[in-house]
Amino acid sequence: MLLIPCPYCGERNEHEFVCGGDAERMRPPSPQDLDDAAWQDYLYNNTNAKGWVRERWWHVLGCGRWFEIERHTVAHAIRQPEGSGGSDG
Amino acid sequence: MQRYSIFSLARNALSHHRNWQRAWRSPAPKARYNAVIIGGGGHGLGTAHYLATEHGLTNIAVLEKGWIGGGNTGRNTMTVRSNFLREASVPFHEHSLDLYRQLSRELNFNTMTNERGMITFIQSSAVNRIAMQMANTMHIYGADYRVIGLDEVRRRIPIFEPAEDMRMPIHGAVYQPRASMVRHDAVAWGFARSADARGADIIQNCEVTGILREGGRVTGVETTRGVIHADKVGMAVAGHGSVVAGMAGIRLPIVTQPLQAWVSEPIKPVLDEIVVIRSYFGTYLMQSDKGEIVVGQGCDPYPSYAQRGTFPIIEDATTAMLEVFPSFRRLKLLRHWAGMLDMVYDGSPVISRTDLKGFYVDLAGSGGFKTTPAAARTFAHLIARDEPHPLAAAYELNRFSNGQLIPEGGVSANR
Ligand SMILES: Cc1cc2nc3c(=O)[nH]c(=O)nc-3n(C[C@H](O)[C@H](O)[C@H](O)COP(=O)(O)OP(=O)(O)OC[C@H]3O[C@@H](n4cnc5c(N)ncnc54)[C@H](O)[C@@H]3O)c2cc1C
Ligand SMILES: [Zn+2]
Repeated sequence: MLLIPCPYCGERNEHEFVCGGDAERMRPPSPQDLDDAAWQDYLYNNTNAKGWVRERWWHVLGCGRWFEIERHTVAHAIRQPEGSGGSDG
Repeated sequence: MQRYSIFSLARNALSHHRNWQRAWRSPAPKARYNAVIIGGGGHGLGTAHYLATEHGLTNIAVLEKGWIGGGNTGRNTMTVRSNFLREASVPFHEHSLDLYRQLSRELNFNTMTNERGMITFIQSSAVNRIAMQMANTMHIYGADYRVIGLDEVRRRIPIFEPAEDMRMPIHGAVYQPRASMVRHDAVAWGFARSADARGADIIQNCEVTGILREGGRVTGVETTRGVIHADKVGMAVAGHGSVVAGMAGIRLPIVTQPLQAWVSEPIKPVLDEIVVIRSYFGTYLMQSDKGEIVVGQGCDPYPSYAQRGTFPIIEDATTAMLEVFPSFRRLKLLRHWAGMLDMVYDGSPVISRTDLKGFYVDLAGSGGFKTTPAAARTFAHLIARDEPHPLAAAYELNRFSNGQLIPEGGVSANR
């Protein structure tokens, strides 16, 4: 059972959240300038890292807030992202 | 290869079973092979078998970081079926069932294939629609998949006694008679033994740590047992696709997620069919040959390489199971485990060339035990000839650039 730290509600059961995936994935600022390969990479490919990842989570059955955490995909440890000061995304 | 038969059993009984040969050798890696396969699960070992038997490629090796069959192959719930929604999917999965049917004979190894059938409950009109569409697609390819009423459900599953106040009442079911259970370890071992007998080296405790490249071509791999050169490298590392392909700078359309299963204590035979509750997204259960009730559900809903799952899935699936089989309330949970699946974006397998020449990937995706023989056979074809087998031509990675995705997300949930 993961305990996800919501910046507003504190630690809550994973059941209340939806994982929004890789926080480093950003929509390219001007898609029209990309070639097909780069656009495809943005749409479908994932870094899918084994180790620390930075993720967006959504407290959908709680306060409704989106925020970021860092999570270790093997150990399932969770920490606040660096320099986020308790990020509220 | 020492052939197994009733006579060899009798002969060996006379010497108190002390003279059985090892089923496969344990050779040291050579410096060079024509092809190496990374990953000694069913897919990798099957690929070696078909490379040797159908393409005459025998100077090959399978490199496995742990022990063969110790990944998802040894962790799955052994269900093989072919109920799929898209035209590209049905012939491929039907071919897999065909290959499974005769695999014991082909490998001279008992894979204990048991065509016990699968019943998927219809609990909403949305699912009814999907079931009809699926049945129609499957009928085009001659695959038997039919809607059955509650009478037939009761006849096939005598212990079926759904709670009166079920949240989503069961209106009927769809039935695939040919869905089977196949002994997973035997598939890995049978393929390994056959490939080994034809000259393939099966090298365990050998982790690939780097992919060697030169001028856009693969030239071999770095491993914990030294550098191994090869003209072609095939990757079949379910659950580690991004990690291994990442060594070659290749990004893939997958997310790695845990999938759990658990079994009860063994009980007397009560359940012949494989049963799916809450339809294609939901819980499934069956009774193993040993008598345990085996239960599974969908993936844990976030990326993880942990090879363990968390509790909400067990709780959710148990709730669903008890609504239909209240008598299972008294069962005790005996074992629980998880594996890692490389979930492909559109829910279909990937059997593909890559931008790196000579480097091929097989991503089993969500439910890759059922595809093992078909994937292995078509992957071997791809590696040997550098062009896709007709049955798997739709499964190349280029579908993500040309838009020809094969969405099976909902229906291929695991198992
Ligand atoms: C709980 C559970 C239940 C399932 N139930 C079903 C089911 O009922 N029906 C179904 O069809 N599918 C099911 N599946 C999915 C199925 O098990 C897999 O899709 C399938 O076994 C994949 O086979 P494989 O040979 O590709 O992978 P694996 O058997 O996982 O083999 C991959 C191998 O690669 C090795 N490897 C990884 N990295 C390296 C490296 N760097 N160097 C060398 N070797 C490496 C691993 O050690 C592993 O042995 C289930 C999975 C799980 C976890
Ligand atoms: Zn909150």
